[in-house]
Amino acid sequence: MNKNAAKAGSTATPAGRPARLSLADWMPKIVMAPTVVAAVVCIYGYMIWTAVLSFTNSRMLPTYNFVGFDQYERLFMNDRWLVALSNLGIFGGLFILICLFLGVMLAIFLDQKIRAEGAIRTIYLYPMAISFIVTGTAWKWLLNPTNGIEKMMIEMGFEDFRFGWLTDPDMVVYCLVIAAVWQASGFVMALFLAGLRGVDGEMIKAAQLDGAGIFTTYRRIILPSLKPVFFSALVILSHIAIKSFDLVAALTNGGPGYSSDLPANFMYAHAFTRSQIGLGAASAMVMLGCVLAILIPYLYSELRGERHE
Amino acid sequence: MKKIALGLSSIAISVAAATAHAGEVEVLHWWTSGGEAASINVLKDLMTEEGHTWKDFAVAGGGGESAMTVLKSRAIAGNPPAAAQIKGPTIQEWGDLGFLTNLDSVAEQGQWDQKLPAVVSDVMKYDGHYVAAPVNVHRVNWMWANPEIFKKAGASIPTTWDQFFEAADKIKAAGFTPLAHGGQAWQDATLFEAIALAKGSEFYNAAFVELDDDTLRSDDMIDVFAKFKKTRDYVDPGFSGRDWNIATSMVINGDAAMQIMGDWAKGEFTAAGKKAGIDYVCYAAPGTSGQFTFNIDSLAMFQVDDEGAQSAQQDLAKLMLEPTFQETFNLNKGSIPARLNMPRDKFDTCAHASMDAFLASSSTDDLVPSMAHGMAVNSMVQGAVFDVVTNFYNNESMTAEEAVDRLARAIQASM
Amino acid sequence: MSNPAKRQTTALDKALRFGLYAMLIAMAAVYLAPFIVMLLTSLKDVEEIRTGTLLSLPGSIDFSAWSKAWSGACTGSQCEGMAPYFFNSFKIVIPAVAISTLLGAINGYVISHWKFRGSDFFFAALLVGCFIPFQVILLPMARTLGWLGIANTTAGLVMVHVVYGVAFTTLFFRNFYQAIPVELVKAARLDGAGFFTIFYRIILPVSTPIIVVTVIWQFTQIWNDFLFGVAFSGFDTQPVTVALNNLVNTSFGGKEYNVDMAAAIIAALPTLLVYVLAGKYFVRGLTAGAVKG
Repeated sequence: MNKNAAKAGSTATPAGRPARLSLADWMPKIVMAPTVVAAVVCIYGYMIWTAVLSFTNSRMLPTYNFVGFDQYERLFMNDRWLVALSNLGIFGGLFILICLFLGVMLAIFLDQKIRAEGAIRTIYLYPMAISFIVTGTAWKWLLNPTNGIEKMMIEMGFEDFRFGWLTDPDMVVYCLVIAAVWQASGFVMALFLAGLRGVDGEMIKAAQLDGAGIFTTYRRIILPSLKPVFFSALVILSHIAIKSFDLVAALTNGGPGYSSDLPANFMYAHAFTRSQIGLGAASAMVMLGCVLAILIPYLYSELRGERHE
Repeated sequence: MKKIALGLSSIAISVAAATAHAGEVEVLHWWTSGGEAASINVLKDLMTEEGHTWKDFAVAGGGGESAMTVLKSRAIAGNPPAAAQIKGPTIQEWGDLGFLTNLDSVAEQGQWDQKLPAVVSDVMKYDGHYVAAPVNVHRVNWMWANPEIFKKAGASIPTTWDQFFEAADKIKAAGFTPLAHGGQAWQDATLFEAIALAKGSEFYNAAFVELDDDTLRSDDMIDVFAKFKKTRDYVDPGFSGRDWNIATSMVINGDAAMQIMGDWAKGEFTAAGKKAGIDYVCYAAPGTSGQFTFNIDSLAMFQVDDEGAQSAQQDLAKLMLEPTFQETFNLNKGSIPARLNMPRDKFDTCAHASMDAFLASSSTDDLVPSMAHGMAVNSMVQGAVFDVVTNFYNNESMTAEEAVDRLARAIQASM
Repeated sequence: MSNPAKRQTTALDKALRFGLYAMLIAMAAVYLAPFIVMLLTSLKDVEEIRTGTLLSLPGSIDFSAWSKAWSGACTGSQCEGMAPYFFNSFKIVIPAVAISTLLGAINGYVISHWKFRGSDFFFAALLVGCFIPFQVILLPMARTLGWLGIANTTAGLVMVHVVYGVAFTTLFFRNFYQAIPVELVKAARLDGAGFFTIFYRIILPVSTPIIVVTVIWQFTQIWNDFLFGVAFSGFDTQPVTVALNNLVNTSFGGKEYNVDMAAAIIAALPTLLVYVLAGKYFVRGLTAGAVKG
């Protein structure tokens, strides 16, 4: 490859060196080109297309009969959408907080020179390897009051034990949180464990020489230095939360009623099952708006960080 | 018919002498369970005998939701399957978009107009032309009951909804679950439409076919919702999200007394080795004995470019009405054949009752399309009804009056 | 005076350590529960499943459900079990992972060491691709694939996975390469080394940890994908997740939960193996820089 580049450079112009530079300048752009094309078409092109559809009354297949903001109006008059949005708020918030808390806690525990660390870590991490299409049935059983945890506890002698969240419209969203935390918290643990291993040992030693106890060291010295990890984890978790779809499809299918619907499921149901592509596109645009609200601060800090380097 | 297929493909033969009239037909469907797959294999074998290749594209899940996604994605890619399992008003929607192919010559050869009851052939036609072939007719308004429990509880099989609640009280007092139910939107809607049907076929049609606003807001509708909510008291606590066949197994195992479910439930009883009339009994849902809520499964044929596929497609449509296939498929599924004048000796008493009710109701306007199973209205209206019905059933504070108001508004908004 | 104090702290240490292990093991049990339920169920017969509880042990170890799930279970009119779909998945996953990792490495290399005008902006713009809900792009992608003539083929599925995986792989590699000193690359350029020479001689040799992370991530994502798999596959290219869905979501005529569970575990085996065998390198790779920024 390089041979080609060198040859092209030497034969291009008599000026030699500048021509070589300009070819070297072009090479990065050439190798990036496929990705650029793919991104422009498959990310931004499709987004614009979806935006256009959200202003049409498309039903089973896309049509271009424009109706202004009608779909958005219908969307926000739709009780099911409002339930889905508020579920995303509850689910997303709790999911992110609990995952961060558990992830940090387990990472710190595992960082105490634990025997069989590898095995335990693998156990915490494995849920990330499997999708809810695989574990959905097992989770449904575990959470179901008539044959799951509740039944087991009653048979073990805890007669009054009740765990019927899956069938309670007010509580079912917390079932989603449990299953989602189970899946993602191990991954957060791995991120933080990696972060902890990367913390400068000298800093910790210095703190301990100053007489700081183990808890103080963690609180004052180590955790603050993991700020970038917090940030990465936050971004990864919020993307999981917004994209959550399999989880609902496998665990509750939106029920009881539609009390456990999430926006991705709403969008899918309307665009594909109910032949309301226009409404589905409008809900997709609102979801994309939420995504950008998370992403822009992240990107801002990324690019600002760049300038400092 | 064979002549036509040969004639059609003779062009293909003259161009590429190798293929003969054999073609490939890709069939998108969601008949994935053991019994269904066995019945589909009958059709597959018939196709193979004709020299065609059957490419099976099965996508299970949620009454065909995933399969519909696949169908849309493939239609948009310009590569639809030759045949797809779609039904009811959805056939009209695909017809409107110009995707379906004409089956009139097959239908004429096979005398479909004579063999099929008018209500079935209407569904199979778009703009007066056949575009789909039927496989069966399901009756949705069935009630499956465990006679043992009724005996133990000293209750009698209800024939009205008032009797239903009396019987349910006795059964509950005897320590059984009166109603086996699964809390999924379509099951809620199945129960709901059975209660609505008891108000009369005229009421049912006005509400769920014509979507008449006055009927939707009528006192009768309020009463339907009230009765619907009342059944909630007779369902066990773990019903949410339960699959219908698990609910059926509650009746089979003697945990629950009744289930309101279409005739596909019979397959579960048969699979468990139970006999109709002895271990379980089938009755029309309370108050709907002369009525018949139909749900017709069908394969619609899509326009394809390949000539081999086209001739295979026409043959497939022809073979679907063959008595061997109609019989095997419907014996397995619990439904009744879509074509008339079939030998009925292999079918059981429940199927006989279904056949009789089908013939009788078709002459009295008591033959109505199922709203819960997408035969009455398009998927937009159906979805709107589902949302209101399922939310009402699971919401303790919503009153029947509120629900009626929401239903009328949701239907209005979805049109 | 120092002696008893020391003894006290070691006693406290021991108690703390005991608590620590108890906690870790309890958590491990919770994480394992769903998998254990699946495993136990797959080894029972149908009667035991109906009468027993979730965690009751099977009366005898019975692998018949496994062999049925692998090669005998029917989905639709095909009764070949999971095996053919399993290999379909590999046909999709291997090229998709390879291509998206390679593209990610080159993109990351460009964005961190061969910056050009707009490259940072493009990186930011690409990141949005990580966050698009995939349900949104099904229809336009279907049309694009049809237009390219690769609808419902393995090639089409590979392309889709590459397109939506490359945002993640670029992010991983870019964060990792950001930590390689700029001077190193600058010096090599002054020595006359070209774009690919530097990549091949300097960048690639240190990239092992991040390649491991990226490959694991992509492998898991693509193997577990259902949505693209169902929407963009043909009848003979359906991946294993679609087959599993067909098996599990069939609710007609006597469910065999043991076969369902065995099939589910079979479908998850490759990713599980990757995590178990390469989990160590995963954490190591994350340590090496993927978590930065």
